[in-house]
Amino acid sequence: MAQTKRDLLVDPLVDNNPITLQVLGICSALAVTSSLQVAFVMALAVTAVTGFSSMFISVLRNQIPGSIRIIVQMVIIASLVIIVDQVLKAYAYDVSKTLSVFVGLIITNCIVMGRAEAFAMKNPPIDSFIDGVGNGLGYGALLLVVGFIRELFGAGSLFGVTILPTVNNGGWYVPNGMLLLPPSAFFIIGLLIWAVRAWKPEQVEEREYKIQVVEGH
Amino acid sequence: MSDAPNQNKGPIARFLAAPPDSVGKTVFIAVSLCLVASMIVSAVSVALRPLQEQNKLKDKQANVLQVAGLFEPGMDVLEGFSVFEPQVVELETGTFTDAFDAATFDDRAAATDPELSVRLSNDPAGIGRQTKFATVYLLRNDDGSLDKVILPIHGYGLWSTLYGFIALEENGNDIFGLQFYDHGETPGLGAEVDNPRWKTLWGGKKLADEDGSLQITVAKSVPPAGADYHVDALAGATLTSVGVDNLVRFWMGEAGFGPFLENLKAGEI
Repeated sequence: MAQTKRDLLVDPLVDNNPITLQVLGICSALAVTSSLQVAFVMALAVTAVTGFSSMFISVLRNQIPGSIRIIVQMVIIASLVIIVDQVLKAYAYDVSKTLSVFVGLIITNCIVMGRAEAFAMKNPPIDSFIDGVGNGLGYGALLLVVGFIRELFGAGSLFGVTILPTVNNGGWYVPNGMLLLPPSAFFIIGLLIWAVRAWKPEQVEEREYKIQVVEGH
Repeated sequence: MSDAPNQNKGPIARFLAAPPDSVGKTVFIAVSLCLVASMIVSAVSVALRPLQEQNKLKDKQANVLQVAGLFEPGMDVLEGFSVFEPQVVELETGTFTDAFDAATFDDRAAATDPELSVRLSNDPAGIGRQTKFATVYLLRNDDGSLDKVILPIHGYGLWSTLYGFIALEENGNDIFGLQFYDHGETPGLGAEVDNPRWKTLWGGKKLADEDGSLQITVAKSVPPAGADYHVDALAGATLTSVGVDNLVRFWMGEAGFGPFLENLKAGEI
């Protein structure tokens, strides 16, 4: 299966989206999507980490001993996450305060590990970098969609700019407070997965078991 | 793979060609990767520290402005902050001291310095060591009379130490506002101490009743002393609310700014 570089970048956006198809990285998607600005910064951070970690792991792939390969990957990923965290604290202090622990938790994001293990260990650095960036963007795209819905209907604003003036501030819109709570992201992601699979039925998994009618009862 | 004997290659090439799973190579890769990674991480951390410290300072100053009701989005924080008159207070006597430069005195560092702090035996706020000196910020009216005082407070919540400020009117008893600038409480629950609507609950409350005994409390129900001394606890964040209650009562009490507030009421400041 020969993939062009363009495929590597574009495929994870919809056709092979890490969240909707592989259902990875859900927990951080719940936590950081209550406002678009935070979701946007998180998307950039994850994209940077998946891209560069895949690249570095791919550079070392022929030298990494199989017995400690997961730990080696973790060390590289964790170092990159700490660097991203430090940079955010230096240049985007307010956002880093809102993201708090979730930047650190990128280390445990299954997407980063998943791309390292599934792709970067077997492919050359540039392809791995593009694949990592593509998957980060696929994750980020979904964060932005969820963040858009949650912030618009939960707080009546987008990127902090008021779109629907809320009742509390003298407007007419009664915000849906549940959308600001993490569980709402579950519903939205579930509905998105449904929508994507209705649009592209080839993403629907085969049933693992079927209810059978047994004759003679 | 060529059949050329290893002697023909340099030591690096020989090493690279060795099977990755050999013990020597496993140890070498593990050690060298950790070394390189830790050097990069510490280099980044050291290089960015000044910027981060500056951000923290700015954030703290912005919070002093906010708690005093002077903050406007987009304002120049450093310039706005210059309206305050910082003073170092000796907590035991409640008087100003000139022993330190108020502009640079670091309360947090002082709290870990054995010379400048005491270990608390009675420690409701869960802070361990208490500084003997604290930086307060005075806001004066145009005629030089006192308008507000902003006092630093901190204490343990559920997961973390909450650092904040409380702003009092010139009588040293009426609360103008309360705000935390640094904490690690649960987002959505304990972190609601940052919720603007909850913070407005503090405005207009009183610390002590007419007899001078400290009555302010953060609780679910209104205490016998009356609603003037009651701030509603945060729903779903009992331990954070208890922590805030403890730390406010501790810092406003005898062991905290009590003597200073006495002096303030007596008009000696």
